[in-house]
Amino acid sequence: MGENIKINIQHLTRVEGHGNIVVDLKDGAIIKCNLEIVEAPRFFEGMLRGRSIFEAQHLTSRICGICACGHTLASIQAAEDALGLTPSDQTIKLRKLLLHMELLDSHILHIYLLALPDLLGVRSFMPLIATHNDVVRRALRLKKACNDVCNILVGRHVHPIRATIGGFTKLPSENDLDTMLNNLSNLHEDLDETVELISKLQFPQFQRDSQYVALVSDDGEYPLLSGDVGSTRGVRINKSEYKKITNEYMVPHSSAKFTNLNGEPYAVGALARLNMNCRKLHSKAVEAAKKLNLSNGGNNPFLNTAAQTVECVHCLNDAIGILEALKTSGIDYKEEILVGANETSAIAVKAGRGVGAVEVPRGVLFHAYEIDEEGRILNADIIVPTSQNIANIEGDMRAIIPGIKHKSEEEITLALEMLVRAYDPCISCSAHFLDVRFVD
Amino acid sequence: MARPKAAFFDFSCCEGCQLQIANFGESLLDILNVIEVVEFREIMSEKYDGTLDVAIIEGSINTPRAVERIKAIRARSKTLVAIGACATTGGVNGIKNVFPLDEIAGYVYGGNFRDYETIQTMAVHQVVRVDYFVHGCPIYPPEFVAVLKALLMAIPYDVPDYPVCVECKLNGNVCMYDRGVSCLGPVTRAGCNSWCINNDNICYGCRGMVSNPNETGAIDVIKQYGLSIERIVNKLEMYNKCRELNPHG
Ligand code: SF4
Ligand code: SF4
Ligand code: SF4
Repeated sequence: MGENIKINIQHLTRVEGHGNIVVDLKDGAIIKCNLEIVEAPRFFEGMLRGRSIFEAQHLTSRICGICACGHTLASIQAAEDALGLTPSDQTIKLRKLLLHMELLDSHILHIYLLALPDLLGVRSFMPLIATHNDVVRRALRLKKACNDVCNILVGRHVHPIRATIGGFTKLPSENDLDTMLNNLSNLHEDLDETVELISKLQFPQFQRDSQYVALVSDDGEYPLLSGDVGSTRGVRINKSEYKKITNEYMVPHSSAKFTNLNGEPYAVGALARLNMNCRKLHSKAVEAAKKLNLSNGGNNPFLNTAAQTVECVHCLNDAIGILEALKTSGIDYKEEILVGANETSAIAVKAGRGVGAVEVPRGVLFHAYEIDEEGRILNADIIVPTSQNIANIEGDMRAIIPGIKHKSEEEITLALEMLVRAYDPCISCSAHFLDVRFVD
Repeated sequence: MARPKAAFFDFSCCEGCQLQIANFGESLLDILNVIEVVEFREIMSEKYDGTLDVAIIEGSINTPRAVERIKAIRARSKTLVAIGACATTGGVNGIKNVFPLDEIAGYVYGGNFRDYETIQTMAVHQVVRVDYFVHGCPIYPPEFVAVLKALLMAIPYDVPDYPVCVECKLNGNVCMYDRGVSCLGPVTRAGCNSWCINNDNICYGCRGMVSNPNETGAIDVIKQYGLSIERIVNKLEMYNKCRELNPHG
């Protein structure tokens, strides 16, 4: 198109929630380069005020169907932190298993149904049913398996029933452990083929020296459910001080709050986690990373989809390890808890403040609650990965435009859409509190 | 016979109900053999603006723009299906209605809420006519299939109008009231096979209330166990707040 470009993509498809891309280039200068969040408002933080802390998991799970288990885990972690409750080893293992299923499930959805059509040059997975039937079937099979495991573990994947403050209302039987193990062991081949498929695709070439943020820890485990928050620029802080990382601010063109760290935008998600922690991946995932040229991570945002593929291999293998360990140790059913709204006072309540920081599919998610002595929520703050990514996505858009501005409008549009989709933005999540005006 | 043209539209929601459909696995392909999906923004870039045989709606209506959009969809759709609590009762989005609008907008928006356009949360049928309801947060997949079958045969689908307790007892669960916690099963319409109680949690009322809670003896149960009505009412706000806008809804 050249030096004057006007692009206005309304209601971007194949992302969760509603967003627009608006680019305005005049005489070669970028006047506007925005990713607008136009999701309708849902006001979760506002709605939580006055409700029992024991209802927070149930409600915040409903922020997002895709990362329902992630919101659940972050919410429970924040609540337990506020109540001063330490979960048991068994509970932690089962929560890690749940988180692995969430990452696997969500990554598969993104890789196959949302990102792959672009890479194969079609508009959606619908035409692939005819042209790549085995690939579509594999994706649906993988998704179904994750879903089946979640059904056993927490009652259902979309809005888990059993996961609650203190642990689980019902624990898996021995038979359940075998079924889950069997379901997961059957997925190795499908995941090998996924790695193979992704390794053959051509991703757009583009690099930018972005700052990456993820959970970090000193032990040997790939940190997803615990740890401090760190960045590739050497920052490391305790999760209780998450606000120092996120530094939320608002911009007129968008409803999502933007974030920056030390005056610079940052990226979260699979690629960020690989950049911070790739040496801690499961050995099978290390092999996959090698195959996908991600042994040391990288700074091509388009490769986030490939980084998700590496994490799929990690999550599957680690999940199998957890299940095997649980089979050996056996489940202690005395840990089952009856909570409801804690009418039986099974869990001691006190006033306090707590923070949850969990690596969900799209990056680190923070929940923070302040509660009174009766466990009523006084204040709630939730910072989702997509809000943290938007400023960085806009930074990438600005950097990519000079290199593609001579192309046709169609090609520029596709490149920008692919870039945004690579981050796997979850706009339902980021609009949990704000609405935007449409910029015409 | 040509497959009916169907489209999915999402309003304010978590998109979890459409995921329930995506989670059908390979049997999703069987569903796609009987209906032709022509628009589904979340997973397709294809667009369609002709007449639809079936519009499947997820989410609540809570902006003036959404009101216009749902009216336009209704106008070009022969059959309209509302899926999930957000669409059928307003769902958790209804909790917003507990707070004065500018107060809640101010809390989440800081000083910038002036440009903010919002209206009270409404269920879809509070704005346009709905032909089929699939309740629940999220929808219960077997019920979605039952509704789809009814729709394809052009016969009505009757949502159960008896309480979750009926299914719960059939499933042999120990009643939560006997375990010392309150449960919304007695006032909530069945159809989910007492999903949450089967998993040792309580019913939160996500499918909405039975049409005549007094007659089903719900209040008696609550009194019998000496539970606080206030607590129950507070819990009912989670999914049933939008009823107040339209008592016949
Ligand atoms: S009804 Fe529940 S699961 Fe369905 S879209 Fe609404 S919040 Fe999500
Ligand atoms: S009150 Fe709840 S636990 Fe008791 S029978 Fe009814 S649905 Fe089941
Ligand atoms: S048991 Fe109650 S809360 Fe759970 S799915 Fe059924 S109606 Fe909804």
